[in-house]
Amino acid sequence: MSVTYIDAIREAQETLLREDPRVFLYGQDIATFGGAFKATKGLAEKFPNRVFDCPISEDAMIGLAVGAAIEGMRPIVEMQFADFSSIAFNQIVNQAATHFYRTGVPIPITIRLPSGGTPGSGPFHSQSMEGIYAQYPGLVVLTPASVSDAYHMLIDAVALDDPVIFCEHKFLYRWLKSKSINDDHLPIGQARIVRSGKHATVVAYSAMVHEAVRAADRLQQDGWEIEVVDLRSVKPLDIDTVLASVARTGRLLALGEAFPWGGVTAEVVSRVAAEGFHLLDAPPQRLNARDTPVPYHPKLWAAHRPTPESICEALRKLLTF
Amino acid sequence: MPTNTDGVVTNRDFLRSVFHSMLRARILENKLSSLYKAGKIVGGVYLGRGQEAVSATLGTSLIQGKDFFAPLIRDQAGRTAFGESMLDCTRTYLGSAQGPMRGRDGNIHRGRPEMGMPAMISHLGAQVPVVAGMLFAKRLQGTLEGRVGATCIGDGASSTGAFHEGLNLAAVEKLPLVIVIGNNQFAYSTPNSRQFVCADLVEKARGYGIGGFSVDGTDLLACVSVIGEAVRRARAGQGPQMVVARLLRLSGHGEHDDGSYVPDEIRKDHYGRDCIEVAIRQLLENGHATADEISSWENEFSDEVQRAVAQAQQEAPPDPYHEDWTALATRFPLTASQPTAQPVFP
Repeated sequence: MSVTYIDAIREAQETLLREDPRVFLYGQDIATFGGAFKATKGLAEKFPNRVFDCPISEDAMIGLAVGAAIEGMRPIVEMQFADFSSIAFNQIVNQAATHFYRTGVPIPITIRLPSGGTPGSGPFHSQSMEGIYAQYPGLVVLTPASVSDAYHMLIDAVALDDPVIFCEHKFLYRWLKSKSINDDHLPIGQARIVRSGKHATVVAYSAMVHEAVRAADRLQQDGWEIEVVDLRSVKPLDIDTVLASVARTGRLLALGEAFPWGGVTAEVVSRVAAEGFHLLDAPPQRLNARDTPVPYHPKLWAAHRPTPESICEALRKLLTF
Repeated sequence: MPTNTDGVVTNRDFLRSVFHSMLRARILENKLSSLYKAGKIVGGVYLGRGQEAVSATLGTSLIQGKDFFAPLIRDQAGRTAFGESMLDCTRTYLGSAQGPMRGRDGNIHRGRPEMGMPAMISHLGAQVPVVAGMLFAKRLQGTLEGRVGATCIGDGASSTGAFHEGLNLAAVEKLPLVIVIGNNQFAYSTPNSRQFVCADLVEKARGYGIGGFSVDGTDLLACVSVIGEAVRRARAGQGPQMVVARLLRLSGHGEHDDGSYVPDEIRKDHYGRDCIEVAIRQLLENGHATADEISSWENEFSDEVQRAVAQAQQEAPPDPYHEDWTALATRFPLTASQPTAQPVFP
């Protein structure tokens, strides 16, 4: 039997509901229907009065979660798509994120964002918003790339006393499978080296980890050994693991699926340039999506985001600098 | 919908208690205004002058330690009635490190969420779903019975998406939420005519399927009757209740603003009257207080204000060199992975 990424997210929520009476699930179409992606399938039946359908009111959903957290609960809110969290932006960055600093009262809420592109999803069901939320103080931003991380990191997210933006990649939901949930469990805030190499480092997160590994497989045929670092958590950012990798390879490509202006890849490059300039044998590079809305047509979409081809091209330039 | 019930004899102790909070707030806010004009307060000063009857009635109708109250910027009287100490106010305005916000936030953005009084953010309408969430938590914990949550907003906030989303959500969840809209006719400088076109904001209550009440916000007896009824209905499980109180803000938006955009005819009309003067008349006429008592309360509360200001002024401000510059409750890096329950797959 195999476990998909979405199975892991569902199982994590079941575990949380079973073991922690403070946990409840709140979101659109998540009760009997089981959610747009079936991340909560069957949970409303197993846990009566713990899983709630709510009106299409993203701002109020997060407001409610903040209030419930003040009173001791640990809500998990499902945004139907990450893109719609823009409606809840105020409650997330101004209410939840500022609350502990201002009042000393923590807000342990987990906001699940089905993120990233899939073919045919278009401009409003494809966004990657981790960089926007990471910009604000007071939020933890997680981007699991593996089945086991999807499980363990969601459990760990709910245990944190802070608001967590949990970016799940929709492309991985059913495509990514594992034999089981393994015990290879790192704490939140630690990056993982998913492939070791010595010629260049690719720092990636979420679905781009898999694209980076594909690119590394291709380049291996030409004798290049590419190290791939999975950030896992974009905030806090494990810059030590990144710097240690760059120290081994001397070359950095920061890879992300979000829009190119600023964001996680820019943060990685600027931190490495500032703290590890002496480790670099070539100018650090970034590869992101293009600077347009995410297009609808699969052919356009596939060329909008980084692909193994474009990653290989960027790496070849970096390796031959 | 019940309306003005001026003249109904209400519980004497309750009325006197509401009036105490009104008077405390007025005297305190007059002092805050003076301190601002003397350059002793950094940042804005926002007063509830003219809105004390509404705010204090709501705060007095709530049960401290059980109910929730999310005040907004014109709720000094309601905060006082709900049990906030004067020192919380003066410490926050004057920047004492010992205030509830420790210098990290100021003026009316203070609160004690752990005591049922969340700290407002500036984005209007945002506290509506927060109070709903506090009540929702109590339902899940099995302790909602007999409890209410209340919040105040103005006419301007009724135009926000947050107001709509929050109120509709509270209605869907059938939560005991009381929302009091102080329609003071101006959102900063914008008059009602540029804010909404329904004849009365209370018409919106029907749209949400919740209880709706109108009241003359300058009339203490009417406020006690109408707001009291709204709170009773919410407490009795009849779902969210909206009260729209008509009144006029008797100051600028903040003390930086002279409010010169308010036409004279509006200042001189019925709702331009001072609710404190109306309350004094009502207390005297109904024999609930004597002129001597009121005079002694003024002296007593003035002394309280002086002490609260003097103490806050003597206290140290926050020290940037010893400030804990982290916004997270979690201290990263986490050294070891926490034990995690393993999934049980069928």
